Amino acid sequence: MPFDALVIAALIYVGSLFVVAWAADRAAARGRTGWSDRPIVYTLSLSVYCTAWTFYGAVGNASRTGLEFATIYLGPTVVLAGSWWGLRRLVRVAKMHRVTSVADLISARFGKSNTLAALITLISLTAATPYLALQLQSISLSFAAFGPGDVLPGPLELWVAGGLAVFSILFGTRNLAADERHHGVVMAIAVEAVVKLVAFVALGIWVIWGLANGPGDVIARIAARAADHEAAGWVLRADRWTALIAISAAAVVTLPRMFQVLVVEPADETPLNSAAWAFPAYLMAMSLFVLPIAVIGREMLPPDASPDLYVLHLPLSQGADGLALLVFLGGLSSATSMVIISAIALATMISNHWLVPLYLALRRAEGEDAAHASLRQPLLISRRIAILAVIAAGAIYQAVGGGQELAAMGTVAFVGMAQLLPAMLGGLLWRGATRVGAYAGIIAGALIWMGLVFLPSLGWAPGLDWGPVDPLAGAVLVSLGVNMGLFIILSLVTLPDPQERLQGLSFVHAVTPDTAAVSTPQRPDGAIRAEALLTLARRIWGGDEALHFFRAEAERQGKSGFLPDVSAGFLSRLERRLAGAVGAATAHAMLAQFAGQRPTSMAELMAVAGEAQRAQERARQLKDDSDELARTARRLQEANDRLTALSVQKDAFLGQISHELRTPMTSVRAFSELLKLPDLAPDDRTRFAGIIHEEASRLTRLLDDLLDLSVLEGGRARLSPRVVNLHDLISRAIEASSALGGAALVIDRDIPAEHLMVLTDGDRLLQVLINLIGNARKYCDAARPVLTIRVRRLAAATQIDIMDNGTGIPPDKQDLVFEKFSRLNDPARAGGAGLGLAISREVMTALGGSITYLPGHEGAAFRLQLPVRPPGLGAKSAEA
Amino acid sequence: MSLPPDQPIFLERAAYRRRRLRDAARLLPMVTLAALLLPVWLMPATMSGAGGMIWLFGLWLVVIAASALLHWRLGRGPRAGDPPDAF
Repeated sequence: MPFDALVIAALIYVGSLFVVAWAADRAAARGRTGWSDRPIVYTLSLSVYCTAWTFYGAVGNASRTGLEFATIYLGPTVVLAGSWWGLRRLVRVAKMHRVTSVADLISARFGKSNTLAALITLISLTAATPYLALQLQSISLSFAAFGPGDVLPGPLELWVAGGLAVFSILFGTRNLAADERHHGVVMAIAVEAVVKLVAFVALGIWVIWGLANGPGDVIARIAARAADHEAAGWVLRADRWTALIAISAAAVVTLPRMFQVLVVEPADETPLNSAAWAFPAYLMAMSLFVLPIAVIGREMLPPDASPDLYVLHLPLSQGADGLALLVFLGGLSSATSMVIISAIALATMISNHWLVPLYLALRRAEGEDAAHASLRQPLLISRRIAILAVIAAGAIYQAVGGGQELAAMGTVAFVGMAQLLPAMLGGLLWRGATRVGAYAGIIAGALIWMGLVFLPSLGWAPGLDWGPVDPLAGAVLVSLGVNMGLFIILSLVTLPDPQERLQGLSFVHAVTPDTAAVSTPQRPDGAIRAEALLTLARRIWGGDEALHFFRAEAERQGKSGFLPDVSAGFLSRLERRLAGAVGAATAHAMLAQFAGQRPTSMAELMAVAGEAQRAQERARQLKDDSDELARTARRLQEANDRLTALSVQKDAFLGQISHELRTPMTSVRAFSELLKLPDLAPDDRTRFAGIIHEEASRLTRLLDDLLDLSVLEGGRARLSPRVVNLHDLISRAIEASSALGGAALVIDRDIPAEHLMVLTDGDRLLQVLINLIGNARKYCDAARPVLTIRVRRLAAATQIDIMDNGTGIPPDKQDLVFEKFSRLNDPARAGGAGLGLAISREVMTALGGSITYLPGHEGAAFRLQLPVRPPGLGAKSAEA
Repeated sequence: MSLPPDQPIFLERAAYRRRRLRDAARLLPMVTLAALLLPVWLMPATMSGAGGMIWLFGLWLVVIAASALLHWRLGRGPRAGDPPDAF
């Protein structure tokens, strides 16, 4: 394949990445983050873990050490498989504090110390520079594999490094929002992840089925190779195996680039649910073909070919140019994605923890009024300078040093970054972890790493003789052991300051810090301070966003305008939001400078805690009170509604009762006048007397009812309880009510169940039953009226349900049916005064039971409930 | 061990299942780690060749499947009202 064609293909590929990143950024700017928030994109972006070290170096590593290459993927597999209780929590806490980098996380946890963050930045940069150099080297090596050629003026590495820097600056420092998300970069990385995977899997399939005779053959060849005495390195060493799995598990959360894609870029922790299995699957797919390629490459390629480049040399030697190009693009993707994300992550750290504090200190030293200058520009410029510096450092290192095996530098960086793990893990799980402990652990671990791993790997220091123990495993054990030991011991013996304790609480229990900081006394200069803070925020985020945030905060406090009260909660939220742009330590320092926020003292901390508890209690009490008030108001409302309805009914009834009394009186008077006539026929006289009699009894009935009701209501009713059979009672009631007339009614009874003996006043109960059954006869409007009667004995009561199949009582009237004078239908049809149900209710109350309307039935349904024995039985029965 | 004051002692079925799923999710990485480390410590020579490769990738597949199942079931469940120890 001609070399210039290769360069053109690479350029087209990189150009399309620019387009992808640009499009994703544009979509995100319009608020459409749908794509970059998908779990698949998140999972693919995690594959930035697989660098050129993986893509080229894994095969080299496998051909030297056999299965050991897989350790680098097994560590992350374990961590991701446990993401439900590990990573999820890390991401949640980091999002809560708007953490921008691994240095920011640790410094925020240990009291927002910028010195700690600066130290971690230094360690990260030291570990990353050779690693970056390695990526650039792999790109130039892969170009070289295609043969000599120079289509570009100047050295190729310079072009590659320049292109990467341009991409990182373009898409990595576009915005200085309140979060460090880069949609364009993440999308481009996801695309590169697909290219990597496709290229490697395609190569693997081609090797297994193209060069060898399928999986069986390959496994046989691997077995033969393992048995070969030449492959002594293939025998796994348990100490190395364990150490490598441990540091790769640590690296997946502590490497700056991994922290960036794993923790900083996602919107929240939900995509982890998919990544928990999808990322291990990706890693497995990337490692599945490594050993076959190593073995076949060894058999087919000349002995002087570097195993690190087998993946390119194999297809090239067989003339499979297309596949070689695909593999080349895969390798390019691995290297570039690592460089881009590392550069962005390290630049954020350098800018937030080195350059901005330095800039602020210089401004302060010059005595300038910092409020008037925008910080936005200096911040962005410092990020860009940092990106250039990081990539340049890698390029220079590669130009000067270079030449190691690909795998070595990766392991070195892993061990270095693993030194952050004790502080990170301890900070998240243990409230007792202190800053002094973190300092001691990290410094000691880093120094041991320097002496035992980093410098020897560069050939600048002699390696130790570890005897039977593997040097790497020994160095990992010693460095992490001392690190952890110092961290724990010093945490135990030192006292954290109040800021640390607040942050410790917030990190370990994943609660927002401002739920603890409820209120601090207002200061008279509140408005002036709020304005100063607005100025500060505007200088970092730009005008619109700052105003938006301040207005939202003011609204939250119930104020109008843009200036909220400077409360502790507001300050805490503002600080966290600022931290999203400049890191926790810098944000804290800035607020302290601008708002005159004094450092928290232990006494204040205690006061805040007490205040929080009191406020919580007050809030709970208020809620109880207001609930009670709402209940009372509703009861009052209901009573009022009933009263209003009743008053209307009463007015109607007064008219009605006068009418009721008047009609019989009128006929009595008229017919008695007639009786006076001397020449009346005897027949007519009898008839008229009958009418007078009938009308008089109607009057009597009405007056009896009224009297009965007033007796019952006054509690003066006489009861004569005795044992009665409900079946007999119901039969009598049906007979009696049928005598009253009305529609023909089908009665549905459950005769066997009715034979229940109850102790009650039979006559009174009969009165109620007659009334209910009579009502059904009168009012049931079904075509074939059916009355269902059911009797049931419960532990403490006997229930009689009487249900018809008419339209029932409308819901708005159900409350009223038991009231006196209430009538649902037109009075003419009722023929009574509307007292029946009111009397029934009074009777049932007197019997110690109840009558209720059962809503939700086909028609009108009433339930009578009788107690086992009537109230005050002894006295009453004596009277009876 | 004393019980937290404001949490129910017994949970309904769905919440109970969820707790046990969380227990399983906690166990998974530990079991994985043990399955990765122990064989190499006990019989490094056997694990180094083709047999080791088959064991390793088989284990890998099982872990992926188990993790997928657990996180799918856990992710589907309710999130609001998780007790504070629900990590």
